Amino acid sequence: MTTDTQRHIARLLHTGSVGLPAPDLASHRNLHGPVTLPSHDDPTWSAVLRAEVAASGLTGRGGGGFPAAVKWDSVLRSNRRPVVVVNAMEGEPASSKDRTLLTWSPHLMLDGAELVAAQSGARSVVVCVADDCHDSARAIERAVAERTRAGSPRALSIERPPARYVTGEESALVSWLERRDARPVVRVDKSVPLRVGRRPVLVHNAETLAHVALIARHGSTWFRQLGTDDAPGTTLVTVSGAVRRPGVVEVELGTPVEEIVRRCGPTDPPSGFLVGGYGGTWLAPELGSTPLAPGPLARVGASMGVGVVVALPVGSCGIAETARLARWMAGESAGQCGPCVFGLPAIAGDFELLAAGRADAGVLARIDRRSRSVVGRGACRHPDGVARMVRSVLTTFAVDAADHAAGRPCGGHRNRSVLTFPTASAPAGGRS
Amino acid sequence: MRNPMRLHIRSPERLRVRVDPVACDAFGFCAELLPERVTLDEWGYPVVDGAPVGTALFDLATRAVAECPRRALYLEAMTGDR
Repeated sequence: MTTDTQRHIARLLHTGSVGLPAPDLASHRNLHGPVTLPSHDDPTWSAVLRAEVAASGLTGRGGGGFPAAVKWDSVLRSNRRPVVVVNAMEGEPASSKDRTLLTWSPHLMLDGAELVAAQSGARSVVVCVADDCHDSARAIERAVAERTRAGSPRALSIERPPARYVTGEESALVSWLERRDARPVVRVDKSVPLRVGRRPVLVHNAETLAHVALIARHGSTWFRQLGTDDAPGTTLVTVSGAVRRPGVVEVELGTPVEEIVRRCGPTDPPSGFLVGGYGGTWLAPELGSTPLAPGPLARVGASMGVGVVVALPVGSCGIAETARLARWMAGESAGQCGPCVFGLPAIAGDFELLAAGRADAGVLARIDRRSRSVVGRGACRHPDGVARMVRSVLTTFAVDAADHAAGRPCGGHRNRSVLTFPTASAPAGGRS
Repeated sequence: MRNPMRLHIRSPERLRVRVDPVACDAFGFCAELLPERVTLDEWGYPVVDGAPVGTALFDLATRAVAECPRRALYLEAMTGDR
């Protein structure tokens, strides 16, 4: 990767699209060039696309980070045609990359969805946009209508599942498409694909599909020109907190976290970073040089998540922010699994006492024990994310935590929250 | 591996106890019947240790599976990489 800090990268978020209405199909084709799709099942074409995407090293951008091409193999064994599901739910409050992509460039994502459909023999594509994302839904509706008029051989449709944190989890989404509650489902064997009706499902994050659309046009070598050998390509990152220009930026994988923040005009030197999302990891300021890529992040206990970086302003209290975060995340539980239903509110309660400096002497040990205890004991990874997030606080803000635990809270806990929380409108996951 | 008919073809050394967290309602019978592999957390929900059931505990384990009122306990074949 380059070290040119001023370099502007615009693969997904083409500069021509910023601030303008989403391009129609014709201007999209002018901007990006046409994409070749076979008119009927073509095993040779499918193999070529799979090889190209595999060679590109593209991984899922929805948080799982699984190699995209390998995911396609999961539906091969079925003798039924799969369904391609586009996951643009973006339940992560700190992320707006998917809605940005969908409003600015809906056709790029749809190109990717149609490519994956053609590759896997799917005849239908379902785009899932949360029921509170009206702008991206409108952009997608318009783009889908255009493609249908232009004679797309595939049935393109839109679904509007409830906007909740856990709804975007793959099995919860598929459960919703099956006309059940949008709650995660226990999967005994994860190598068995999820199904809608009797059809196996390929769920891809919206950004992943936009990358597929570009790899199909320009090839894997082009894709790998940016990023690192281990983490090739670019990714969308949503930056918020102590910055003048919060929003979505496209960066090379491997760009240092603090460099990404710098691009958004930091207001003051951050006193910490929340990386990955609300179920992510707090990093101390001195770890700001960590490259945003799976390997380097893993070495400091963090992960890519959905490409979120929140810069904590000086004077804000990491403990108080985490208390609010833990309480909100507890409320976003789908309410199915005991460890999540009881463990998360208990952890949040302790953090609230800690933030206010009113906790007893055993509070840190209790948070530590409970956050270890809930890991891996839910149907989905929601409790694991919360556990990781709260545990990272205890190391990143260890001195603060000890002061708070000793009844000496910092002044920052009365500051306005840096993190934003949507208000829950419906009970978790219910079909109302 | 929820089908009990398939259990006999697996060696007990390659089986472990798992909990379906959605089905589980914290009755706690599993921890009573198989304390060697199941303990309860502070809210009464089972925590399994992930170790192989083994021949010595196999009968107790199958009984714990059968006695769960919510059918939330099951034996799972351990794969090589875990």
